[in-house]
Amino acid sequence: MEHIKADVVIVGAGGAGLRAAIAVAEADPKLKVALVSKVYPMRSHTCAAEGGAAGVKGADDSLEMHFNDTVGGGDWLCDQDVVEDFVQRAPRELMQLEHWGCPWSREDDGSVAVRAFGGMKKKRTWYAADKSGFHILHTLFQTSLQFPSINRYDEYFALDLLHLDGRCRGVVAMEMRSGRFFQFDAPAVIVATGGAGQVFPFTTNGAIKTGDGMAMAYRAGVPLKDMEFVQYHPTGLPGTGILLTEGCRGEGGILVNKHGYRYLQDYGMGPETPVGHPVLKTMELGPRDRLSQAFWHEQKKGNTIETPWGDCVLLDMRHLGAKKIMERLPLVQELAHAYVGVDMIKDPVPVRPVVHFMMGGIDTNINGESPMPGLFAIGETACSGLHGANRLGSNSLTDLLVSGKRCADTAIAYAQKAGASGGDEALRAQAEAIVTGVRELLQQGGATETIAGLRREMRTILEDCAGIYRDEAGTQMACEKVAEFRQRYKGIEINDKSNVFNTDLQSALELRNLLDVAETITEGSLQRRESRGAHQRLDYTERDDVNFLKHTLCYRQPDARPRVEWSEVLITRSQPGTRDYSGSKN
Amino acid sequence: MSTRTRTLELEIMRYDPEKDKQPWFQSYTVPCLEDWVILDAINYVKENLDTTLAYRWSCHMMVCGSCGMMVNGEPSLTCKTFIRELPDKVRIEPLENFPIERDLVVVLDDVIQKLHKVQPYIIRKDPPPAGDQEYIQTPGQLAIFKQLTMCINCMCCYAACPQYALDRNFIGPAALALAHRYNRDNRDQGKSDRLDILADHDGVWDCSFVGACSEVCPKHVDPAAAIQQMKIDGAVEFWKQKMGIPGGKP
Repeated sequence: MEHIKADVVIVGAGGAGLRAAIAVAEADPKLKVALVSKVYPMRSHTCAAEGGAAGVKGADDSLEMHFNDTVGGGDWLCDQDVVEDFVQRAPRELMQLEHWGCPWSREDDGSVAVRAFGGMKKKRTWYAADKSGFHILHTLFQTSLQFPSINRYDEYFALDLLHLDGRCRGVVAMEMRSGRFFQFDAPAVIVATGGAGQVFPFTTNGAIKTGDGMAMAYRAGVPLKDMEFVQYHPTGLPGTGILLTEGCRGEGGILVNKHGYRYLQDYGMGPETPVGHPVLKTMELGPRDRLSQAFWHEQKKGNTIETPWGDCVLLDMRHLGAKKIMERLPLVQELAHAYVGVDMIKDPVPVRPVVHFMMGGIDTNINGESPMPGLFAIGETACSGLHGANRLGSNSLTDLLVSGKRCADTAIAYAQKAGASGGDEALRAQAEAIVTGVRELLQQGGATETIAGLRREMRTILEDCAGIYRDEAGTQMACEKVAEFRQRYKGIEINDKSNVFNTDLQSALELRNLLDVAETITEGSLQRRESRGAHQRLDYTERDDVNFLKHTLCYRQPDARPRVEWSEVLITRSQPGTRDYSGSKN
Repeated sequence: MSTRTRTLELEIMRYDPEKDKQPWFQSYTVPCLEDWVILDAINYVKENLDTTLAYRWSCHMMVCGSCGMMVNGEPSLTCKTFIRELPDKVRIEPLENFPIERDLVVVLDDVIQKLHKVQPYIIRKDPPPAGDQEYIQTPGQLAIFKQLTMCINCMCCYAACPQYALDRNFIGPAALALAHRYNRDNRDQGKSDRLDILADHDGVWDCSFVGACSEVCPKHVDPAAAIQQMKIDGAVEFWKQKMGIPGGKP
């Protein structure tokens, strides 16, 4: 096994990981950063984010309003210290990206433009046409190239964390091109591996989004927090699940059912607003959880359109005109045209809700510190309490930057204080055990299960039982099924025995991670007997602040279902209230 | 959208350096939906017929740049290549002009180094604006370089480039276009820093302007045009420096 020593190891080289790496390199070029990623940085799924990044910009906006939108959008499950810090740091981070060359879309006077987004009371979403995540990722990647202290380990698949005496001390990874194993030793490990949408069958998330970092932390004894909160984005393309950005509605697109009726007005988001004149925070600019839930009801009422790829409603953008669509939304125009054969300039596009984002993740505080000293997490893979029960669109790209920078500062201080703390032999033995586990998996016979088959079954159960609406019987069944899948996982056989770029082995390791993440989603969904934000129970239809204004913490148990504990939500100045997305508010 | 099916025969190049002396082809018969892209057909093989097949992919929406391959001899982004545009027999090979790592996976070290080499980041001689102030950049100034920012690094252009095929030292289309992107950004003052690399014999002057890179680019970045503009820019810059004219920024 190869041995690499660093001051800070960052696992994941998407937006959050790159931002953190740059922050460490800028703070002190003598600090050695090991940036470990299973893909080249520009393949990271940040690239698929379309709409933009939120940060107060306009003179008519305020940090207070961004705070209130976020906390209300999160159905008061947000930790408000985190939100306060986030809204305050957001504009500076977005401006930093401007200074690094991000090609933000502009106003005529040359200032950065902002657009409207769901659940936001003011226009505050910075955007680069409809490729905002792509440009943020490439700007960060290219900027990172000037720092020699950032050592990249591209296409290294992280296997498990190393920890000793309750402290995280490193990570073991496999180099894909050689199959060789690497032990990374560092006092500070930052996990930035993104989400886990691949737990579900129909998702905007790329194939790489398999919850690797969440699962590694979970296996190391760190709890996953609020995992039952899974965001369905209301406008995915049928079949592929490709995202049509919320920017479509921000620019004025409307949603209609099969009767041509703007059904959102029937779900507390009316009255109807004039076509082509979107009003902030109502109708099509309501929050994602509410819009996806409204779709579910329309489907039950028989108001959706049947397609071979599931029921759909229509996103109508025709009134925006060709010029605006091609200027502001060129990517989604191309995607809809290519993948479903609809030109949104001329016709409405069929869309349906699609799994998009995990509000939950590795339990962290405001600094990205997990309960295990030395282990940090940022971006989607973390749950700092920023997004609560439902994330507002365009808060997550900003979070990559804010949490990446803030966590890096904390990790630097920690690494400098912690230094090397001995236990080399024990760590090496731990690393060897991890490698042995992988070698055994590679060699095991049996083949009672296939990776693709087991993965398909898991996804079907998750969608059926832990989707937009849930109930006791369904989530109970899902918990039992996922436990069964974990047993059956022992029966998979890897056909590919090569050491070189073994994607069969990688798929098996990813499936293990998916199953770990899946059991926290189903367990949280079962135990949270209330409806809040993206977690809706048919048998507990109201929010229950007396019993459930709390975070769910799932702890892994080797041969049993996860243990659930609860932790307090930090409320500073916004007491739980009513989420009002009707146009009659104020 | 259509649910019609069609059977495709995929001939996929296989190569495992641990056991194969040279690459070989394996055939798979794949029942496809008419709407599929070729990546869907490859995924079908992986899930149902042969789990040992190695290739890169992720986003399936033309933006991560992972899934570039040769499809019937053309460098193609496989998530953007629809089977309705293909004959019944399709040959899939790893990208041309790169060493094969395994099956359809190529070694990218060289082009990654080239991205490093062109200094693709904002270089400033003057201090930037205060932390809460943006550089002023009008929509017109943005338009000057915007298309060049669209590159997803799929490397199809390198697979198509006849010059790169002849000389691996040639910096090549994507990296040169990226350098030009920063040169043309009004926030950047690093044009003269990049000049030595770009005006070197492995830089822009090596391009024979066949334009194959621009033809295969799935994002219409047009590296060929960028390289031609850089030749002019480079010549102007060279004489400016020669004659001691300060600045060097248009």
